[in-house]
Amino acid sequence: MAPTIVTTRKRKRREPILPYLLILPTFIFVAMFTAWPTLLALYQSFFRQRLNIARFREPTFIGLGNYTALFSDDRFLLVLKNTLIYVVVTAPISIILGFLFAVLINRTIKGIGLARLAFFQPTILPMVSAATIWMFFFTPDYGLWNTFLQYLGYNGPQNWTGNPDLALIAIMIVAIWKNAGYYMIFYLAGMQSLPTDVYEAAVLDGANAWQMMWYITLPLLRRTTLFVSTIAFIGAFQLVDHIFVLTKGGPSRASTVLLYYLWQMRFENQDVGKAAALTIILIIFLLLFTVTNFALSERKEDAYA
Amino acid sequence: MPDAVTPRGFWSRLMFWLLLLVTALLALLWAVPVIWAFVASTRPPSEPLGRGDVWFGSYLTLENYTRAMSLAPFKLYYINTIVIVLMILGVQLITITLAGFAFAHFRFMGKKLLLFFILLQLMIPTTALLAPNFSTIRALGLFDTRLAIAIPYFGSAFGTFLMRQAFLEVPRDLVDAGIIDGCNWLQLLRHVYLPPSKSMLVAFGLSSVVWHWNEFLWPLVVTNSDKSRPLTAGLVRFTQLGEIGAQWSLLTAATLLVVAPLFILFLIFQRQFIQSFVHSGLK
Repeated sequence: MAPTIVTTRKRKRREPILPYLLILPTFIFVAMFTAWPTLLALYQSFFRQRLNIARFREPTFIGLGNYTALFSDDRFLLVLKNTLIYVVVTAPISIILGFLFAVLINRTIKGIGLARLAFFQPTILPMVSAATIWMFFFTPDYGLWNTFLQYLGYNGPQNWTGNPDLALIAIMIVAIWKNAGYYMIFYLAGMQSLPTDVYEAAVLDGANAWQMMWYITLPLLRRTTLFVSTIAFIGAFQLVDHIFVLTKGGPSRASTVLLYYLWQMRFENQDVGKAAALTIILIIFLLLFTVTNFALSERKEDAYA
Repeated sequence: MPDAVTPRGFWSRLMFWLLLLVTALLALLWAVPVIWAFVASTRPPSEPLGRGDVWFGSYLTLENYTRAMSLAPFKLYYINTIVIVLMILGVQLITITLAGFAFAHFRFMGKKLLLFFILLQLMIPTTALLAPNFSTIRALGLFDTRLAIAIPYFGSAFGTFLMRQAFLEVPRDLVDAGIIDGCNWLQLLRHVYLPPSKSMLVAFGLSSVVWHWNEFLWPLVVTNSDKSRPLTAGLVRFTQLGEIGAQWSLLTAATLLVVAPLFILFLIFQRQFIQSFVHSGLK
């Protein structure tokens, strides 16, 4: 008898710590690589520390010095401007194209799977591979992008990755090409779960295809749009791989965005303090977009109730 | 084509075919980069691309692939990428299953707080934290190892959340029956919770593999030699080698080397891939 009592007791006593043990591995990794670095960046952002300058190698407390230095630096302000243009242009255009693609291929016709494949395939390519291919497309004179534009009657400058007016646009084109098909699949999934009776009623009421899309499909897919917007905007802040291949942020920083600048600051300038401040600024941007989206989706929920 | 699919009336029929044409043209436009890369990679190296002559050469060849392989240690890059991706996947599958199970099955103090803490990772993506994480990797003495590339992803808020959702869908009756039958927690997890949640695990796994196969910035930051460098970072180094220049056939061959395994898998399992991306994206 005695041993069984002991084991059941032992069990009951041990049970309460089991869930904590199960969560522990995840907890440790999140603590080490999300919570700790966030705090570390916040802390480091108040110190001046440059690893490639001997007298600044040891950190000195300078309060908000890194932040004020950044915000009074034209280079950083240009980077901020580039980032906002990059995010605010690529995210909506990719989403709209994704929606358009979904509308176009949401039909049961033989061979439509090929179109879906064509739109979706950039999603699974590494961005650096995609960028290497686009590097050729943007080649002046015989690159396919320029050839294509000439067919359309374009006569402007051709060196897309080397021209300060075009470099950021080139970066955005590749980002849009890469992501539109990714957002498409969420719209496709959303469309395929829409109730058909609404459409039947609309057809009886004499609605045309355009009206049905505008007044039924889009409003019903509002949740999808909100979700896709969140991942698109947050994703855009982080999508910089192609810059390494295509422009290296140039010419004269014309295509440098926040995350790329952060990388340069930390690994080229070896400026730990400023890189930390940039990390915090980037996190604030990301949180702003996430929180805004949460607020929006809550409000929409109320509207239904 | 059956009549039922084609709408009646001249205008709507015209519209139908017009839309189909637009779809086909757009699809072609979207596919051109990959199609071109494939064609160009089979062009003989002795025939460089020029104005109006950027597609096929006079014969097809695989020479560019062998040359790319000999100019950079792509074999090593392959091994590194595969080891990194599998290491991440293996650890993630265990951590997210255990944590997801804990959050779905047990009641305990601080559960909400702990979940919120882990979900922080969704709000502050690891990519944004590359500078401070680099310091951590240095401090751990992991710089320039494959483990350094993988370790920040061992815990996944996203995967934990997905598994929690999947486990919450398992009918309570089934769980109670298991408990009455005297299952311990591991048996409950293996025989009651996991079987109906396998598709979610597969979905997460596929998107994890694609995501980490393609990752570039973090590996770039924490590697310094070919012994740990994955395909993506290797490719970028390759494109910047002085002697490569504008040898597009060679560059496209190298590019496709990086892409090929995933792309072939994707072509075979297209439906599962797309499903998994939808699943792992939707809440």
